[in-house]
Amino acid sequence: MTDSTKKSTIDSSRRDFLSKAAVAGTVTIAPGLLLHSTAQAASSGNISTRPHDEDVSNKNRWGLLIDTEKCATGCTDCVDACNEENGLVSHGRPETDAQYIRKVTLKEKSTGHESSLPLMCQHCETAPCADVCPTGASFVRADGIALVDKHICIGCRYCMMACPYKARSFVHEDVENQKLTAPRGKGTVESCTMCVTRIDNGGIPACVEACTAENHNAMIFGDLNNPNSDISIALKSRGGKQIRSDLALNTGVRYQGLNE
Amino acid sequence: MTRFLRQFAVPVYALIGLTLLSPSAIAETPFPTIHEPSDESLKCIHPEDEMRRNHMKYILHERDETMHEGIREEPESLANCINCHVEPDEKGEIAGIDSDKHFCNACHQYAAVQIDCFQCHADRPQKFINRNGHSSSITQQLKRTLADNAGVNE
Repeated sequence: MTDSTKKSTIDSSRRDFLSKAAVAGTVTIAPGLLLHSTAQAASSGNISTRPHDEDVSNKNRWGLLIDTEKCATGCTDCVDACNEENGLVSHGRPETDAQYIRKVTLKEKSTGHESSLPLMCQHCETAPCADVCPTGASFVRADGIALVDKHICIGCRYCMMACPYKARSFVHEDVENQKLTAPRGKGTVESCTMCVTRIDNGGIPACVEACTAENHNAMIFGDLNNPNSDISIALKSRGGKQIRSDLALNTGVRYQGLNE
Repeated sequence: MTRFLRQFAVPVYALIGLTLLSPSAIAETPFPTIHEPSDESLKCIHPEDEMRRNHMKYILHERDETMHEGIREEPESLANCINCHVEPDEKGEIAGIDSDKHFCNACHQYAAVQIDCFQCHADRPQKFINRNGHSSSITQQLKRTLADNAGVNE
């Protein structure tokens, strides 16, 4: 009896709160009406339309789809664009130079069929890097982008050991003239950020932009949670493979044209 | 031994007192000059006293919100500090963080506080891709944010 009374009290106050919140919401939204309607029109799922003062949420899951049939052996347009975007420069020591994207050639042993593909951070949902990080610096943002918070990274490189895709790099050298949108410094681990600043500002990653601009069209960026996005439509019609799908990491980067 | 120390105590105190009171010692302290943005509309996001004491708190708060929640258009960001306050001199050169002419470094050198932000972050203003995909300076973006905030407060 006491329990049910208590429950009903909670419900009523909740209802009050919700109705007040709804009113408050309407008032605050009103000045941003134009922004809201624009967002609605552009909500194709191919770019972010999140208002600039709203937190990222799991309503979106950003992903990449790479068609290995269209990805040419020897072409490094995406890698070059990535290096330019993030200010990655070589120190002439390839073993320790930072790389966010590598071009990899896979060969199917039984048939001899080769495919060339760009391999970057696969932006796993259950990311091993985030699992093992002792400080919480490696994390997966609510919208599915795996990142390193370099403010709290201590450079232990445990995440590099844990990553099955070998996608992470350690910065061994002092860095100067960093890009505004790509802070990076000695003693921290880094990897592909899916160009998170671009995404937050309604853009697409630099690699996808370069691949499309050069008319290769091997890469699609978009929201995996939005059934109307180009990436979801392409995945629905032709399917897509996750590399090392046996690990059940639910990667955000998918590949087409890979032989089983 | 104690007597020996006492003998010295009086002259030593006198010396310390003289140093503290000496007007020449105060006048010689080179106070850093704060670079005001040349664009009038961008002055005083917060009053100078407030910023002098609390700028690090603003930046720290923005840091976590931006990194983890993706909120990137708040006015008190490190990028905005740099974009408004670090400007080219008469020769068109922009001072880097190692120079005592750099906006941040001027005060930090004076206060002898080491500044780590620029081991990773850009120390000079740069162009920026805005949410329409067009390249624009952060200044334009900041103006828009300030205008938006003013609209909400009215």
